[in-house]
Amino acid sequence: MTTKPKISKAELAEQFRTFVDAEYVITDDETMKPYECDGMSMYCEMPLLVVLPETVTQVQRIMRICNEHGVPVVARGAGTGLSAGAMPNREGVVLSLAKFNRILHIDPLARTASLQPGVRNLAISEEAAQYGMYYGPDPSSQIACTIGGNVAENSGGVHCLKYGLTVHNIFSVEMVTAEGDVVTVGSDGLDSCGMDLLALLTGSEGLLGVVTEVKVKLLPTPEVAQVVMAGFDSVQKAGDAVGGIISHGIIPAGLEMMDGHAIVAADDFAGAGYPRDAKALLLCEVDGTEEEVHEHIAEAEAVFRKLGATSVRTSQSEQERTLLWLGRKSAFPAVGRISPDYYCMDGTIPRRHIAYVLTEMEKMSEEFGLRVANVFHAGDGNLHPLILFDANVPGEFERTEAFGASILKMCVDVGGCITGEHGVGVEKIRQMAIQFNDQELQQFHDVKAAFDPAGILNPGKGVPALKFCQEYRSLEHKQHKHEKTEAAHG
Amino acid sequence: MADLSQQLQEQVLQARAGGEKLNIVGGGTKTFIGREPNLNAGTLNVSEHTGIVDYHPVELVMTVRAGTTLSDIEAVLAEQDQALHFEPPHFRPESTIGGTLACNLSGPSRPWAGSVRDQVLGVRLLNGKGEHLRFGGEVMKNVAGYDVSRLQAGALGTLGLITEISLKVMPSPAASLTLVQDMAMDEVLHYMNSRTAEPKPITAACWVDGKVYLRLAGAKSAVEATAEKWSGDVMEKGEAFWRSVQDMQHEFFAGNDLPLWRFSVGSTAANPAIEGKWLIDWAGSQRWFRGAGELSDMEPLARAAGGQVSLFRGGDRGGEVMHRQPNALKTIQRRVKSSFDPDGIFNPGRLYSWL
Repeated sequence: MTTKPKISKAELAEQFRTFVDAEYVITDDETMKPYECDGMSMYCEMPLLVVLPETVTQVQRIMRICNEHGVPVVARGAGTGLSAGAMPNREGVVLSLAKFNRILHIDPLARTASLQPGVRNLAISEEAAQYGMYYGPDPSSQIACTIGGNVAENSGGVHCLKYGLTVHNIFSVEMVTAEGDVVTVGSDGLDSCGMDLLALLTGSEGLLGVVTEVKVKLLPTPEVAQVVMAGFDSVQKAGDAVGGIISHGIIPAGLEMMDGHAIVAADDFAGAGYPRDAKALLLCEVDGTEEEVHEHIAEAEAVFRKLGATSVRTSQSEQERTLLWLGRKSAFPAVGRISPDYYCMDGTIPRRHIAYVLTEMEKMSEEFGLRVANVFHAGDGNLHPLILFDANVPGEFERTEAFGASILKMCVDVGGCITGEHGVGVEKIRQMAIQFNDQELQQFHDVKAAFDPAGILNPGKGVPALKFCQEYRSLEHKQHKHEKTEAAHG
Repeated sequence: MADLSQQLQEQVLQARAGGEKLNIVGGGTKTFIGREPNLNAGTLNVSEHTGIVDYHPVELVMTVRAGTTLSDIEAVLAEQDQALHFEPPHFRPESTIGGTLACNLSGPSRPWAGSVRDQVLGVRLLNGKGEHLRFGGEVMKNVAGYDVSRLQAGALGTLGLITEISLKVMPSPAASLTLVQDMAMDEVLHYMNSRTAEPKPITAACWVDGKVYLRLAGAKSAVEATAEKWSGDVMEKGEAFWRSVQDMQHEFFAGNDLPLWRFSVGSTAANPAIEGKWLIDWAGSQRWFRGAGELSDMEPLARAAGGQVSLFRGGDRGGEVMHRQPNALKTIQRRVKSSFDPDGIFNPGRLYSWL
């Protein structure tokens, strides 16, 4: 763990300015203000200073100086993260990779793209489109989020079930270590000798190194994609239909569920023509060759009807497909319109518990006196409950956090996890103590120390200090005694 | 079907107390992989630690003890029309899932379906302190904590004993067929990669003995329509060919007279210019070479092709057999090793002489 840095802000800035343009070493509060938080704006902190290097050598020199003086370093991409993973450290430097924004090379035959870490996720697919290709993982923030951040968070999106997460779609990363070495992890091959450090780095939330280049895999754009929308009069039936599709041997490109609250909010916002009286809605996208999509769409429609869908509609044009997705993709802003603030959770559960979890969540919603709308990556079990609250009402955010914590605990109790794709960051650090015991958490700390002996990279994020876990668990135990008995379910 | 985790844990604790080393053994079918096992080490046998712990076909997830054989797993999956999509090699019927993950072995489908590493969702691991830890889980998406589960892939058991694995499983394809045609080696890389760049249901691409084999699998109509459009003859016993490549029973792999090298390289990279026999799999990403040579001669060839090389079978197994690591990564891997196994109990020297 870090102790107080052995260098003053002025000295540090002066050292950086010997090799980084003075205007890119930011030390005044006003210019630093935009860096005080990421997409999780409830957690803010001002950094010591912000630096925007533009070469790998500069990153190396910054890391060496910080390592020598024990200065914390928080790497930052577009700042779209939803767990405060890029929240600054008061004693430390924000290392922005915004200037590393070039697509270095696209190789259409090998189906790869070499990228600087600040390249936006969507820009990869836009650039690859001329070759009939795209990049698989498509997090909701894809218009703004960067590939470096995607590596740090192991980002997913709506197409994970079929096309995988970031970890499945990258060949290699170039990284600057905490000690200032440049290493390439992975290769142009599909695997490398030794331990799979590439897997370890992916999703490590900036705690193990600073990514300076990424080589990703591109996929051929499917000939056709069509979406079937099915409405159901109960969450249980929709949940069963998800299982029905998969048991049938169809792996949808995307399989999304929305509950009644989310359906109405999204339909008001996007005018997608959703069945507003339905209690649950499934969007099932099938892609592939024309023949394959034709075959699977017919099967999916039949499965949904057989399992009690109250309405089934299949997109007949690209325009209609886009419209049907628009509602789902704008679910967050749509919910934002019906509430002053919302808090997005990210637990993952085994799909078979979906009806139980949603029903329990409704009960909690009443207990906490806060509304909740649910959008759900049903294909891979990733829940995104949106808790609606008003930050201007004293105590309401604290209640929201407590509600969120209860949801995450329930996810773990049914065999799931506290975060599917948003990361732990600061936000879910207490819940790590529910999912892991002290020995497991200590193992994580030891892994971190292998990469970062001085503990300068994103300290205080991702893995909690063990002494806090004991306190949190005992507090949890008192609060949730009655829930534990109920969670014997399943 | 027994849970031996307590006994295994006892054995690790005893070894630690007594300052002993342990070689991990499952079905014993992959003893040839890696450097020679340390002769002064005891044996930690996981082959009786077997059984399917949990399997919900609808979840596409199976949790299984590490000593369970691939055949037993695949038989249970087949009842539900599901399979291990990474097509692991069965060197013999005793091959286990634990060894498959530790060696990161996947078959012909790997570039399209992912590797065993890609399909792993969680593991239980006995580390060198004798702690039985759980990482990852049984869900597709899980970013809580570092991905210790996938870190095990290719670590050859040097970080601990994998006792339990949760894996993603997939439905078996409804139809499949194989197209075969003659092709010279210097044309085949371009050909296989061009085909892979098309949005068609291709699931394997291999070249050996002057012939290129492509497998199509998925919805029947899609497979048939693609076969119509693409050149090549439909092969009668296509599955038998792929089985022989998957299990390394193909004639190319036979005999121990010549060392077997594995090049894991860029799929389009020009083939290393050395005399010998080649089998090109994974649409060019995995290339097998039969021929004598030194690791130090092979490494520059692999690097030039954007990848790495290992001496997979035969040759001098007292020296290094895996592509050597640059110093910075060597340092990190040494530290990672000691974070899991501070006394260096597990598989000493098996992956690298310094690990």
